[in-house]
Amino acid sequence: MSAINPRETLDRSLKEILDEILVMGSMVEEAVKASVNSLKARDLDASRKIYLGDQEVNKKHFELENRCITLIATQQPMAKDLRLLASILEVITELERIGDYAKGIARINVLMGTEPLVKPLIDIPRMADKAINMLHRALGSFVAGDVESAREIPKEDDEVDYLYNQVYRELVTYMMDDTSTIDRANYLLWAAHNLERMADRVTNICERTIYMVTGEMLEFDHTDDELDMFERNL
Amino acid sequence: MTYQTQQIHQDISGNTNGKNAIVAKDLSIYYGDFLAVKKVSLEIQKQKITAIIGPSGCGKSTMLRAFNRMNELVPTAHATGEVIFYGINIYDQNIDPVEVRRHIGMVFQKPNPFPKTIYENIAWGAQINGFKGSKSEMDNLVEEALVGAALWEEVKDKLDQSGLSLSGGQQQRLCIARTIAIKPAIILMDEPASALDPLATLKIEELMKELAKNYTIIVVTHNMQQAARVSDYTAFFTMGDDRAGFLMEFGETNQIFTNPKQKVTEDYITGRFG
Repeated sequence: MSAINPRETLDRSLKEILDEILVMGSMVEEAVKASVNSLKARDLDASRKIYLGDQEVNKKHFELENRCITLIATQQPMAKDLRLLASILEVITELERIGDYAKGIARINVLMGTEPLVKPLIDIPRMADKAINMLHRALGSFVAGDVESAREIPKEDDEVDYLYNQVYRELVTYMMDDTSTIDRANYLLWAAHNLERMADRVTNICERTIYMVTGEMLEFDHTDDELDMFERNL
Repeated sequence: MTYQTQQIHQDISGNTNGKNAIVAKDLSIYYGDFLAVKKVSLEIQKQKITAIIGPSGCGKSTMLRAFNRMNELVPTAHATGEVIFYGINIYDQNIDPVEVRRHIGMVFQKPNPFPKTIYENIAWGAQINGFKGSKSEMDNLVEEALVGAALWEEVKDKLDQSGLSLSGGQQQRLCIARTIAIKPAIILMDEPASALDPLATLKIEELMKELAKNYTIIVVTHNMQQAARVSDYTAFFTMGDDRAGFLMEFGETNQIFTNPKQKVTEDYITGRFG
């Protein structure tokens, strides 16, 4: 008889959950991509499907949460196993929130109804592409326990923040020039904000990867620009 | 109530020994020529619970018994190094091991009450340790010890019944009461709950936390979840190729069980050892 792995059940269950995290990640990546595409194309039917599809993301969240809790109760994980399970619980919550952002963008499209976009979407799709790419790699790092990659990805959040600031300035200009665009410009601002928050949540996932592997809890520093803001406003 | 003054008792009352109740320094323990535990240095903090964990055969119980010289009940056992208890090396030639054990008591894996009444189980220990008070003072002592062991309410109406008539969990609490009746500074516990059912086990664990308000506790356990639940500090022992046990890692229990520094420790507590 070959050697018994004393944690065979735990190891197998953890691997299955990590595989399911990648599945959940794909679901929300697709949802974000589809929500921005449908906004760009003003496809209200597609947006409705995305909005209703969020229920599947929520179901997946609860299913994985339940599996984690069951493992904690029945396998009494310690040390790295425990940190992994605690981190999985955080990561699936981040993914569920990103799913909500996709749902939010879909809702914005439906709320705008038949009104045209206040301007063609250029930076918003760029934000989406960047954030989706970051998420995809962050989840890969998490599953692989790749600390190096997890330390690098959050640096790209600055690009998303830069694009958001650009969108903000541009839309404010539109609103100031023509007050009839305020509603539609605001909707686009919300959509951009959702994508900016998505990138922030990807950063949180990277923090969890580092914690899971090293036991070190850290928050990636704010940019110098954000810290300067306190100096300016005091 | 007064106890006969002994050298150790006098030294204890005059020496606070800082934050540590007992300290092992380069302690090695032999059975004949066999080195069972190798050069352990370990500081046990006062009124804290320190758990000793590790795989079978790594010297956990030998280490525990070294703190009150119980190993010497084995004729070939001897030790090198020091164990400092309130400024005294308990292995000094002029120190009586029996006197050591009055101040550092022990609770064993299998409950072992005396074949006497519940009352006498407590009273007898006090009497042979020089209790000279009145009957009512002894009654108070017995009640205090049983209250301290969270057993009083269950036995107060049957103190004249045999200690052996109690359940396993109650017997173990009776043994704890017997130990604390002579007011030791430290209580050593060698797998105190491993022979008990789950509910009795949890009661013993809660009792340990209560006892730690007044006593220093060192507990050997095979149950890692128990060590994680009850202890403030954890010492992980393992053994080398020479089969001598040694201290691999020591730290706050939270840290040992969430983020141990040594891979061997991590492997053991995650169940991947060996």
